[in-house]
Amino acid sequence: MRVRARALLGGLSWVPGVAAAVPLQDALHAYGIQAAHIGRLWNFTLGLCTLVFGAIFVAFLWALWRAPRGRAGETAPDMASLARPERRLHRAVGLATGIATLGLLLLLAADVFTSRALARLPLGNAVNIELIGHEWWWEARYHHADPARDFVTANELHIPVGRAVVVTLRSNDVIHTLWVPNLHGKRDMIPGRTSTLQLRADHAGTYRGQCAEFCGLEHAKMAMLVEAEPDAAYEAWAARQRQAAAPPATAQALRGRAIFETSNCASCHTVEGTAAHGKAAPDLTHLAGRTTLAAGILPNDGAHLAAWILDPQSHKQGVYMPATTIKPDDLQALVTYLGTLK
Amino acid sequence: MNAPRKDKDDEALLDVCHLPTFAFGQRSPMWWGTMGLVAIESTVFALSIMSYFYLRSHADTWPMARFPPDLIWGTLNTAVILLSMIPNHFAKRAAEKLDLKQVRLWMVVCMLSSIAFLAVRVLEFGALNVHWDSNAYGSAVWMLMGLHTTHLITDAYDSLVLTVLMFTGPLEGKRFVDVSENAGYWYFVVLSWIPIYAVIYWGARI
Amino acid sequence: MSMAKSPAPPRLAPQDAAQLHQTWSDPPGLVGWFSAINHKTISMRFMVTTFVFFVMGGLLALAIRTQLAQPDGKTVGPDMYNQLFTMHGSTMMFLFAVPVMQAVATYLVPLMIGARSVAFPRMNAFAYWIFTLGGIMLFIAFLVGSGPDAGWFAYVPLSLLQFSPGKRVDIWAQMITFTEMAGLMEAIVLITTILKMRAPGMTLNRMPLFVWTILATSFMVLFSMPAVMLASTALITDRLVGTQFYNPLKGGDALLWQHLFWFFGHPEVYMIFIPPLGFISTIIATFSRRPVVGYPAMVLAVIATAFLAFGLWVHHMFATNLPELGKTFFTAASLMIAIPTAIQIFCWIATLWTGRLDLRTPLLFVLAFFVILVIGGLTGLMLASVSLDTQLHDSFFVVAHLHYVLMGGAVFPLFGAFYYWFPKFTGRMLGETLGKWNFWLFFIGFNLTFFPMHVLGLQGMPRRVYTYPSEMGWGSLNFLATIGAFMMALSVLLFIVNVVHSRRRGAVAGDDPWGAGTLEWSVASPPPPANFEMVPVVHARDPLWSAQKLPSHVSGLANDYREILVTSVADADLDHRLWLPASSIWPFLTALATTVLFIGSVFTPWAVVWAMVPVAIGATFWFWPKKDIVEQRTGSERSPLEVES
Repeated sequence: MRVRARALLGGLSWVPGVAAAVPLQDALHAYGIQAAHIGRLWNFTLGLCTLVFGAIFVAFLWALWRAPRGRAGETAPDMASLARPERRLHRAVGLATGIATLGLLLLLAADVFTSRALARLPLGNAVNIELIGHEWWWEARYHHADPARDFVTANELHIPVGRAVVVTLRSNDVIHTLWVPNLHGKRDMIPGRTSTLQLRADHAGTYRGQCAEFCGLEHAKMAMLVEAEPDAAYEAWAARQRQAAAPPATAQALRGRAIFETSNCASCHTVEGTAAHGKAAPDLTHLAGRTTLAAGILPNDGAHLAAWILDPQSHKQGVYMPATTIKPDDLQALVTYLGTLK
Repeated sequence: MNAPRKDKDDEALLDVCHLPTFAFGQRSPMWWGTMGLVAIESTVFALSIMSYFYLRSHADTWPMARFPPDLIWGTLNTAVILLSMIPNHFAKRAAEKLDLKQVRLWMVVCMLSSIAFLAVRVLEFGALNVHWDSNAYGSAVWMLMGLHTTHLITDAYDSLVLTVLMFTGPLEGKRFVDVSENAGYWYFVVLSWIPIYAVIYWGARI
Repeated sequence: MSMAKSPAPPRLAPQDAAQLHQTWSDPPGLVGWFSAINHKTISMRFMVTTFVFFVMGGLLALAIRTQLAQPDGKTVGPDMYNQLFTMHGSTMMFLFAVPVMQAVATYLVPLMIGARSVAFPRMNAFAYWIFTLGGIMLFIAFLVGSGPDAGWFAYVPLSLLQFSPGKRVDIWAQMITFTEMAGLMEAIVLITTILKMRAPGMTLNRMPLFVWTILATSFMVLFSMPAVMLASTALITDRLVGTQFYNPLKGGDALLWQHLFWFFGHPEVYMIFIPPLGFISTIIATFSRRPVVGYPAMVLAVIATAFLAFGLWVHHMFATNLPELGKTFFTAASLMIAIPTAIQIFCWIATLWTGRLDLRTPLLFVLAFFVILVIGGLTGLMLASVSLDTQLHDSFFVVAHLHYVLMGGAVFPLFGAFYYWFPKFTGRMLGETLGKWNFWLFFIGFNLTFFPMHVLGLQGMPRRVYTYPSEMGWGSLNFLATIGAFMMALSVLLFIVNVVHSRRRGAVAGDDPWGAGTLEWSVASPPPPANFEMVPVVHARDPLWSAQKLPSHVSGLANDYREILVTSVADADLDHRLWLPASSIWPFLTALATTVLFIGSVFTPWAVVWAMVPVAIGATFWFWPKKDIVEQRTGSERSPLEVES
C-alpha cells in the first residue's frame, strides 16, 4: 500500500528550512501512515483552534474599539450592574461557553478517532525490532520467528516500505525516547519497562530521528537514521546483516583486525566472526554499511572515523568511549579494516 | 482598654470592646493553622500509602522479604497510641474549661504515654524484617514508619514544651487554646497511625 | 451613579494614632531588620527577592538563547548547558512563579480584607527566610560548579546517583524542600487570614475576586506540594542512603517519580496561573470603571479550575507505556479545564465591552493576556490530545506552549499588577511613557522569541539540546528567537529603570490614584504600619465604589498591643479579638538552623539528627512567651467563657 506523501500545512513552506530539508526530521511531512493520521488530526485541530482564536481576538478588539474611553481616578465607576442584572451579557457569555464546549467535544472526538486509527495498523508480515536505548546510542536487535535469522545492529535501521514494523522499546540505563517524526509520534524507552511502537513507512527515503527525552550530557547528539527501502532491497540488507564479518582480504586490513581484537576495542564492541564480543557499545559487524557514525552525528568516512577513534571526546564530550593512544599507521590499518565491514 | 472615644456619631462605630480575647475550636486562627498542617500531612501519608500499593502492583512477590513485619510490637504500640487519646481528651477538655490544674495533670500523663510509645516504636523498627535499602518494598515500609515517627517525635516535643510552660508560666488565655489545638493535632497523629499500621503490618499479609 | 459622597471617616485621636503606628512598626537597627515581622515589610522583601530570582532566571535564559542562536554553538559546552536549563527552569518555577504570587498576596490580602496583619506573622517571616536561604544555596552551588543538571523535573533514573554523581541533584532536591516548606507555610497563613480575619460585613460573597484566587491557590498548595516533597525526599534517600524507590532492578519504578512529580507539577502551573486571574479581574474592573461581569461565575470558575487541575497530571506522561484508555481520560480532563477559563475570558471581554476604558500601562499588560494566554491555551488543547502529543511532546513546540501560558497567563498580568500597585507600595506612580515602552518591547520581544518555537517543534527540534546541526535548517528561527530574548531583556531593564527612577522622582500617588473600589485604596500610600487606623466595616463588594453605610468602622481595638479582630468564616460576623506577637529575631534564627539541617543532610543523614537540636531550640524560643508582655496584657483579658454570646 502506498501513501503519497503530502506536504501537510503547506502554508508553512515559506518558512526557511521547511521545504525539502535534508535530512528529513519533521512532523509536517508524513511518509508513513501513522504520521499521516496524526497529520490529519493536526490539520483539523489547527483549523479549529485558529477559528476560535480569530473569534476571540475579533471580539476582544471590537470591545476595545467600541467602548468609550475613561480615566481611572477621574471617571466615576458605573455600578448599574448591582441594581439590574445584565441578562444580555450573561446570555452572551453562556452562548460563547456553550460553543467552546462543543469545540472541545469535537477535539475529543477527533482525538479518539485518531487513537483508534493508530491502534488499527495491520500487523501482518511485520518486521520486529527490539530497540534498546543507551547513553547516547541505539542498539537494534531484529527478531524473526526463526531465531537463527535474528541479527544485531546499531544507530541505523533499515525497514521495508509498505510492511508494518513493530518496535519494542527498552532502555539500558536512563529514559530515552524514540522519535522519527516523519513516520510516527514518539514513545519513551523506560528502564524496567517495555513499550511498543507500531509504524509503517509508505514511501522510500531516509528519515532522521532523535532521542526526545533528556538523557544526560549528550542527549543532543543521539540521533538515528531510518532507511525505508523496497522490500527486496530490505531483505537483501537483512541477509547481509545476518552474515558474520567477511575475513579481511588485504594485509593491512588483516593487521587492522588484529589490532581491533587485541586492543580495548574488543572489550566494548562486537564484530561477529572475530574475537571481539563486547556488549557495552554499538555492534560494528557491518559498520561500513552505515551512513553516519556516533549515533548520527558524523559522516562515515575514513577521515571522520580516524578522528573519532583517536579522540571521541572532542566530538561528543562525555561519551563512554575513551581516547586512544594509537600510532598513526596502526590507526590507518584499523580504519582500513573497519572499512571492510560492509 | 483605651479611653472611650468621644465621637459625635456613635452609630458610625461598631464597638468590639466586649469581645473575648481568645476562643476555642474553629473560632480560633490556631485551629485553622493546625488543620492546614493536618491537610498537608494527611496528603503526605496518603501519597506514601498510594506509593506502597503502586510499587506492590508492579511487583511479582510481596513482601520482597522473607517475612512481613512482626505483629507484636506494632500491634502493642497501636494499643498504646490509641490509649494515649484518653489523657489527650481530658487535657483538651480541661483546657477548654481553663482548668490549669487538670491541664497540668493530664499533659504530664500524655508525656508519659509519649515516652511509652516512642520506646515501643524503637522496638518496632527492629522488627520490620527488611532493610530500607534492600528493595523498594523495604524503602516504602521504612518511609511510612519514618514519616509517622517524625510526627510522633515533633508532636511529643511540642507537647513537652507546652507542658513545661503550663508549670512555669507566663500564662495567658490563648495558651489554653494552644493546649486544645495541640490535643487536636495529637488526635491526628494517633488516628493517622491506623491506616499506616494497617498498610505496614497487614499490607503484605493480604 | 457618581461616587457616593461619604462623610469624613471617624479618626483616632492623634496620640492614639501615633501609639498605633509605634505598636505595629518594625524595630530599628540591624537586629531590628532581622526581627521585623510586619506583613508589608516581609512582603516587600519577598517581592524584591523573587524579582531578583526572575532576573537571574532571565540571564540564564539569555545564555541559553546565545548558545542556541546558531547551529553547532560554542558559547557553552553540554555540561554547562544542562546546568543552565536546569537552573533556568528551577529558578523560574520554584524561586519565582509561585513565591511571587504568595509575596504579593501577603501584602495585599490583609489590606483588601480590612485586616491589620496576616495570621501567624512570625511564620510568615520564617517562610520568607527559609525560601531565600534555599534560593541562595541553589545559586551558590551553581556558581561553584555544582549546579543541578538533570532538568527542573529531574526524571529518574537520570537523577539517581549512578547517572548523576556528586551533589548536584541532592542540592536541587533539597532546594525543593526549602521552597516547598515556605510555600506550604504561606498557604496556611493566607487561608487562615482570608477565612478568619476579614473585616466585619465582608461576607464571602463580598470578597474581592483577587482574594478568592489566593484562597483557591492556597488550598491547591496544601494538596499538591506534599507530592513533590515526598518525591524529592525519596530521591534524596535513594541517592544518600540507598533506598530503592526508583530502581527497577530492586522493585522500584521510574514512573513512580513521574506520577508523584506531575501530581504536584500540573497543579503547580495552575497555582501560577490562578492568582494572576485575580490581578486581571482587579485591573480590568478599575480600568473599565465597572465591576467585572458575573461575579458568581468568576468565583465558581476559579474553584472549578483549582479542582480540575488535580485531574490532569498524566498528560505529561502520554509518551510512556501507560494504558491508552487511561490516557484518554486525561485528554478529556485536560480539554474540560478550558471551560472555566473560557467563562472567565468571556466575562472579562463583556466587562471591557461595557466599560469606559483607560488604556494605561497596567491595563495594557493585562490585555496582552487575551492574545498570549489564549494562544497558549489553544496549543495546550493540541497537546491534550494523546496522538498529537506524541509528535509535539518534548519538542520546542512545548517550550513555546509553556512560555505562552506562563508568561501570557502570569508574567504579563504580574507586570500589570506591579504598575497598578506600585503607587500603593511606594507612594509614587511608575512612569507611564517608560511603562508603554516597557510593555511594547516585552510584547513584541516575547512573540518574536517564542512564536517561532512552535514551528521549530513541528520541524522536529527536540527540547533540552545544547546544540543542533546546521543541515537541519533550524538556524534562522533560532536566531530570531534569540533576538526576541534580548528584546525582552531590554524591556525588563526598562522596568528596573522605571522602578528605580520612580521610587524617588515619580509623581506622588496619594491614597487612591486609580479611583479603585477595593479597601487597600482607602489608606495612605504606602499604608501605615497597622494598615487601618480604624478597621472598616464592609457593606458591599467594591466598598469604595459603594454608598457609605453605618456603622462604618470598628472601635475598641487596642493601640498599645498588636490586637486584631477575628471574624466568622462565611459572614465575617464579629467573633473575638486576638493579640498577635511582636517582632522577634527567632524566626530568622530558626530559619538559619533549619538551613543548616537541610544543607547538612545533603552530605550526611546524621545531620538530620544533630541539626534538629538547634532547630528545636530556635522554635522553642520563638514560641516562648515574654513574661513582661504577658503580665501587661493579662489584666485586659476577656475569656470566651465569660462571654456567652
